Amino acid sequence: MIKVVKNIGSYFLLLRQVFIKPENKKVYYNRIISEIMALGVNSLSLVAIISLFMGAVVAIQTGLQLGTPFIPKYLIGFATRESLILEFSPTMISLILAGKVGSSIASEVGSMRISEQIDALEIMGVNSRSYIIQPKIIACVIFFPILVIISMAVGMFGGYLAVLFSGIVSPAEYFRGLNMWFNPFYITYAVVKTLFFAFIISSISAYFGYFTSGGALEVGKSSTNAVVYCCIVILLVNFIITQLMIA
Amino acid sequence: MIELININKSFEKNHVLKNVSMSFEPGKMNLIIGASGSGKTTLIKCLIGLYSYDSGKVLFDGQDLKSMGKKEQRLLRKDLGMLFQGGALFDDLSVKENIEFPLTMFTSMTTKEKNDRIDFCLDRVNLSGVHKLQPSELSGGMMKRVAIARAISMNPKYLFCDEPNSGLDPKTSIVIDNLLQEITREYNITTVVNTHDMNSVIEVGDNISFLHQGMLAWKGSKEAIISSQNKELNNFVFASQLFQKLRSM
Repeated sequence: MIKVVKNIGSYFLLLRQVFIKPENKKVYYNRIISEIMALGVNSLSLVAIISLFMGAVVAIQTGLQLGTPFIPKYLIGFATRESLILEFSPTMISLILAGKVGSSIASEVGSMRISEQIDALEIMGVNSRSYIIQPKIIACVIFFPILVIISMAVGMFGGYLAVLFSGIVSPAEYFRGLNMWFNPFYITYAVVKTLFFAFIISSISAYFGYFTSGGALEVGKSSTNAVVYCCIVILLVNFIITQLMIA
Repeated sequence: MIELININKSFEKNHVLKNVSMSFEPGKMNLIIGASGSGKTTLIKCLIGLYSYDSGKVLFDGQDLKSMGKKEQRLLRKDLGMLFQGGALFDDLSVKENIEFPLTMFTSMTTKEKNDRIDFCLDRVNLSGVHKLQPSELSGGMMKRVAIARAISMNPKYLFCDEPNSGLDPKTSIVIDNLLQEITREYNITTVVNTHDMNSVIEVGDNISFLHQGMLAWKGSKEAIISSQNKELNNFVFASQLFQKLRSM
């Protein structure tokens, strides 16, 4: 318990150092762009593949559950859209990104720590916390909502492909369901959640990487811890935000 | 000139540095020698501010490191160069970008001025045609030389080297030692080198301090080492058969 409290304290102390004025804005700007490419754009194909199949499975599963003739078939499209927008895209994709991006951040920062690159930055007079972590957090917060919106669109397309090939409902009825009772606030809710999740993934992973000590084995441990803690915090924050915004 | 006065440093119950006092002169190769675990790296990290020491004083040209304000410390850091054991080159940057990094961060040099400075630094460490290479494409010796080039790019007043010869063959070690000595003399830098390589001591050592179990056990010149009667120093220096034979000759 003491260890957890100590970790939380060090995490917030680290964050305080991360968000200070950069030494050289141009260098930071370039780093944000390269981090968007590395952490965001490079995750695009993974997000697209997962979303495509996720959307297809949701459509088929919903179709199987709505087997009775008393429930209109167009509800398959409606249920697919609602599931994707409310939970699957923001939460599931964030959990997957916690695995991909979170472990990548923790191992990159951890390797920098054990190979003394962080010490080298400090000696030069560069605030290593801000230089290394700030661009990663900004890149994730900017790009993850875009990934999640792409995931929603690709997921719905996956659902369309599923109904087209399985024939559980006609594509026209599927589209009718997709357009039915749309509440734009749900998109806001999903984006707000994703902003929090992006911050959690990037900052917690960077925290575990930054305080790595030892060798290659510890880098692996930091990476694992980062993913585990990110997932737990994402689920907890998901519950809190849902309670605050939807319930 | 750097002076250390009664430096103490502990990690929890482990008292690593015990009342260490020494001074390092400009234009000279100041070597700290000692066995592994004797506190050399901790001492150098206290000197450059990576570790905070428990008590004592570190004076850079008379100014105490601990009593300096943030602005003064930031200015001092621009005068520090550090060569880490593994080079500590930034993996995601090329050789050119590694040397350019401090110039971009802290100077308002134009691209041409920066390129000239990079060429000068690489030329000074006898490297050419490596601008575009990534650190992973360099040999151990080349990596150390690029790290030296990066360390001298900002014209430091103080240069710290942590085991500059670790992992290098004897010939490359001599190249690195001589390079450090030349740079030290040429720019009148206060160079502090941590080493347990006795070849370096004989080759380039001007002022030598011997750390034993966290205490300064001996201090003198390289000539005085051979005739020293200090038991711990003799155990360390003449641990190898080669040096034992040299002594008996």
